[in-house]
Amino acid sequence: MNAVAPAATSAAAGRRPWWRRRAQVPLLVTLVLFVAMAGAGGVLYHGFLTPQVFLNLLIDNAFLCIVAVGMTFVILAGGIDLSVGAVVAFSTVLLAELVQRHGWPPLAAIALVLAVGTGFGAGMGVLIQRFRLQPFVVTLAGMFLARGVATLISVDSIDIDQPWLAAVANLRLPLGGGSMLSVGALIALAVVAAGALLAGASSFGRTVYAIGGSESSARLMGLPVDATVVRVYALSGFCAALAGVVYTLYMLSGYSQHALGLELDAIAAVVIGGTVLAGGSGYVLGTLLGVLVLGLIQTLIVFDGELSSWWTRIVIGALLLAFCLLQRLFRRKEIKP
Amino acid sequence: MAETSGTMAASSAISSRWGRGLRRCLAHPLLWPLLTLILLLAGNGLFNPGFLALQWRDGHLYGNLIDIAHRAAPLALVSLGMTLVIALRGLDISVGAVLAIAATVAAWTIGHVSNDGLLPLWLAIAAALAAGALCGLWNGWLVVGAGMQPIVATLILMVAGRGIAQSISGGQILTLYYAPYSFLGNGFVLGLPFSLFVVAAVFALLQLALRKTALGLFVRAIGHNPQAAHVAGVRARAITLGAYVFCGIAAALAGLLVSSNVNSADANNAGLLLELDAILAVALGGSLLGGGRFSLAGSLLGALIIQALTTTIYAIGVPPQVNLAVKAVLVFAVMLLQSPLCRGQLRALLRLRAERRA
Amino acid sequence: MTPAPSAARPVVLQARGLGKRFGATLALDGVDLALRAGEVHALMGQNGAGKSTLIKLLTGVERPDRGSVELDGRVIAPSTPMEAQREGIGTVYQEVDLCPNLSVAENLYAGRYPRRRRLRMIDWRQVRDGARSLLRQLHLELDVDAPLGSYPVAIRQMVAIARALGVSARVLVLDEPTSSLDEGEVRELFRVIAQLRERGMAILFVTHFLDQVYAVSDRITVLRDGCRVGEYAVADLPPAALVNAMVGRDLPTVASADAERAPPPDAPPAIDAQGLGCRGKLHPVDLQVRRGEMLGLGGLLGSGRTELARLLFGLDRAERGELRIGGERVELKHPADAVMRGLALCPEERKTDGIVAELSVRENIVLALQARQGWRGMSRARQDELARQLVQALGIKAADIETPVGLLSGGNQQKVMLARWLVTEPRLLILDEPTRGIDVAAKQELMAEVARRAHAGMAVLFISAETGELTRWCDRIAVMRERRKAGELPGGSTEARVLAMIAGD
Repeated sequence: MNAVAPAATSAAAGRRPWWRRRAQVPLLVTLVLFVAMAGAGGVLYHGFLTPQVFLNLLIDNAFLCIVAVGMTFVILAGGIDLSVGAVVAFSTVLLAELVQRHGWPPLAAIALVLAVGTGFGAGMGVLIQRFRLQPFVVTLAGMFLARGVATLISVDSIDIDQPWLAAVANLRLPLGGGSMLSVGALIALAVVAAGALLAGASSFGRTVYAIGGSESSARLMGLPVDATVVRVYALSGFCAALAGVVYTLYMLSGYSQHALGLELDAIAAVVIGGTVLAGGSGYVLGTLLGVLVLGLIQTLIVFDGELSSWWTRIVIGALLLAFCLLQRLFRRKEIKP
Repeated sequence: MAETSGTMAASSAISSRWGRGLRRCLAHPLLWPLLTLILLLAGNGLFNPGFLALQWRDGHLYGNLIDIAHRAAPLALVSLGMTLVIALRGLDISVGAVLAIAATVAAWTIGHVSNDGLLPLWLAIAAALAAGALCGLWNGWLVVGAGMQPIVATLILMVAGRGIAQSISGGQILTLYYAPYSFLGNGFVLGLPFSLFVVAAVFALLQLALRKTALGLFVRAIGHNPQAAHVAGVRARAITLGAYVFCGIAAALAGLLVSSNVNSADANNAGLLLELDAILAVALGGSLLGGGRFSLAGSLLGALIIQALTTTIYAIGVPPQVNLAVKAVLVFAVMLLQSPLCRGQLRALLRLRAERRA
Repeated sequence: MTPAPSAARPVVLQARGLGKRFGATLALDGVDLALRAGEVHALMGQNGAGKSTLIKLLTGVERPDRGSVELDGRVIAPSTPMEAQREGIGTVYQEVDLCPNLSVAENLYAGRYPRRRRLRMIDWRQVRDGARSLLRQLHLELDVDAPLGSYPVAIRQMVAIARALGVSARVLVLDEPTSSLDEGEVRELFRVIAQLRERGMAILFVTHFLDQVYAVSDRITVLRDGCRVGEYAVADLPPAALVNAMVGRDLPTVASADAERAPPPDAPPAIDAQGLGCRGKLHPVDLQVRRGEMLGLGGLLGSGRTELARLLFGLDRAERGELRIGGERVELKHPADAVMRGLALCPEERKTDGIVAELSVRENIVLALQARQGWRGMSRARQDELARQLVQALGIKAADIETPVGLLSGGNQQKVMLARWLVTEPRLLILDEPTRGIDVAAKQELMAEVARRAHAGMAVLFISAETGELTRWCDRIAVMRERRKAGELPGGSTEARVLAMIAGD
């Protein structure tokens, strides 16, 4: 044994259990928060602790979940994507327009919508990485553009009554005991699983983490930084478009004013889920938890019946604050060279 | 022959003086925003003869130009505040929410104070400005004290702010039945809308503070290299905090104008998406979004351009939805032009073209 | 440790006539370099001599304008760091450019993960096993799942070396690896280097520490002003000759501080620190600087000199001890407090902590004085007058005082920084490595002005790693070692004595 690393060696003797690792602590906090809130709801309101109430969290927030997964990757890489809400709205409008007004087969329309969303994201990624423009402003302009074009396609809401889409929208997967899940919720779960796998076990995902940790180091280590950043934004665009499809099923309409403010909810979900806004640390599963927490707040307020809806915003703001301060506290404690 | 060469020498001397003056004009940072604005207005004038006409009616000056300036006033105020924050490498995306809070506070104050005399007016103004300052202090403390990223710190107020405004207004849109308050957003002084004077006053105050005191030097030093400024003994944290407070106050002033203009305070919609327009105005005006170099006059021009754009789109008869898409294209264009990488590539491209042609 | 004669060992990497220009600066001009298997080759030169440019060219960060590089006789031209790695050139950078948020194992395998057949997912078990075996080659046992950031710099450096090895390097480039290490860690590093040398690796060791060069290397290449001065076997080049080759002339024989200048022993101390310290950064230090005295502060990088300067100036808060300025007890919470009391600090990192590149010469010069004055703006006329005075006194070469400082050369930028502080007429001026990276003439002009002001009563704390400068200019020399004060020496001491105290003999 060498003299340099005595401290490290003694720590290495036994691997620290996963729940004591630093990156996991914010995740644990979110979990505790979720359980605490669910418990409080069960105590305060009758009929709160039924399985369907919690499954509804997924059903009603499926689109937010999908968008937040994409946003997780962007934030992990140290960027931000403000255009997702607008891309969701644009996707709903495009899908509705193609299917209702031009008679496209739904699957073909969905394929096109996904392609456009991905391309849009990739385009923004190129501007950000190639020309070193600030992600905040580029995706802000992207938000303007997407919503603008959506309004150009159709100013009014387009209702969907195409039989296949309507059928899928109303499809419920029975889970036994009277509980059920929607197609959208299933898609959301699939996206979370795929996202977690991508983040944890693919070289793309690990490169994303590396870039978030230190872009210059990642470059010097020979990692494909530029290509990965573009792909990250393309992924976010894909997720936004997919979320748009799910949202269309949820609302059975396409409207340019859908999903206003969705990007902020997605960012809140990601932060509450334990991902650090500066990048490099966080888990996709944490984002799922974050989405569930946000959904739970909404559910609690609905159950209460008396609390006005604006409290949602205040509580979300307060949660965001708490988690951001927590993140800062943890970063200060990190060993500096 | 001597005569011709003499004239040539004289004319070349004149042209070189013109050339130098022209080059200095072209290099002036305010040129592009000014040109954009003039082009927009001139284009309007071509499409709609009579667009640029000004009339004197009922003791006021009327016309599309006045209208554009008047409608741009709230955005102009917010942009001035935003310019300062951006110059210090910060960002404030909560200005729309702060505007709503201030408007609601003012309306609430008027609704709860007896309606005699001008007392409600002063109280409302004071309360709104105090609310704005408080919001700015909150944002500033999060950025400077807690060390949070500005986007995140102001995101919190942006998310929660409208909720706060709604809790003040009880979820309703508060209507105002108080004539003196209406003057702020609708009144005229010397034939021009009062809102223009508010903007002019804030602009003048800010310019004075930046030019006549050391503040301008400090802001630029902090914006370009905050660490070096700190080592040089500049109180960067205090100045940054002050900038956020000022931004909050500016948003509050805008809130007063907006709510006074429509005689109501709508916590949900007042100042919606205003932060995006403000950032765009600052960028159009030539300030660097990364901090350091800034231009107050440029931001004013930027606000006018955005308003002129909206009016143009309306006047041409194009559906107002186009507004958003056009703003987006504008932002992309401005950002690309501001990016040195892009400019370098453009220059290289042009040089390649020139070489190929030769 | 007598290695086989160098001529007998095969050349692994041969660089010929490498040249690189950055804008107007010619960073490298026709440089040759030959790295042999089983040999440690030191690359030496002053700051700005071209060492880091040469490294960048060899490791694919930059491409050469002219010249060629051959590996095992085959011409290579890596255009990215990844390509250089694939060719077999591994690099460990000064800043240990790994990702602190990723685990040790990930850092070792980033970009070349072993994969499972299914879905091409990363095989984490193989990654962990491979990581442990790589580290074992260096006799290291670490928790490979722990984030790299949780380990100190010395360990991170070892991980970087292990990564370079894992990329099956034939050549290992170590760029200033000992800058942040303490003695024990340096010894460990040298043990690893010796081990790698035994295995037949060609190692390029870039450093500015003379004693380390003699401790571990076999050959030395010296660069000066972008050109190669020569390649020597260590045994054939004594330290004096090495310094001569690096600097280009003999050590200056100009008389150092003359006896008349010594300040009267009862002059009040401009600054008096008693037991000043900060946990984790600096052990308690006693230090006094008298009016008109130039106190030198020597020691290796990382010995605590800059930490002490930061505590004295209020950039960091002292946890222990007390500070007296002009006899009065003070607590400094912000540099502005220090400036208000007549202190000045010229920081080591001039680009990040010193000049504001986009502001003009005039604005940079008046910045600190203006900060001390508060809100009251200085008239333009006064600013111009002050700026012109200092430009002339220091010989700053700029088109005019409105030129942005970023356009000036390094030496002139340093002068502008010094001008900023001289304008405040401080009672104590702290200079942290003021002559690093600037040309000889600028160095002379700078130090001459400082000496003149010291003569007029200004106290100076002069921090430098170059013992020659300390013995030449200072009335007294304090030496820092391992974050505490090792001792003090009178001004007439020889360099050897100072070096001895620094080394701890």
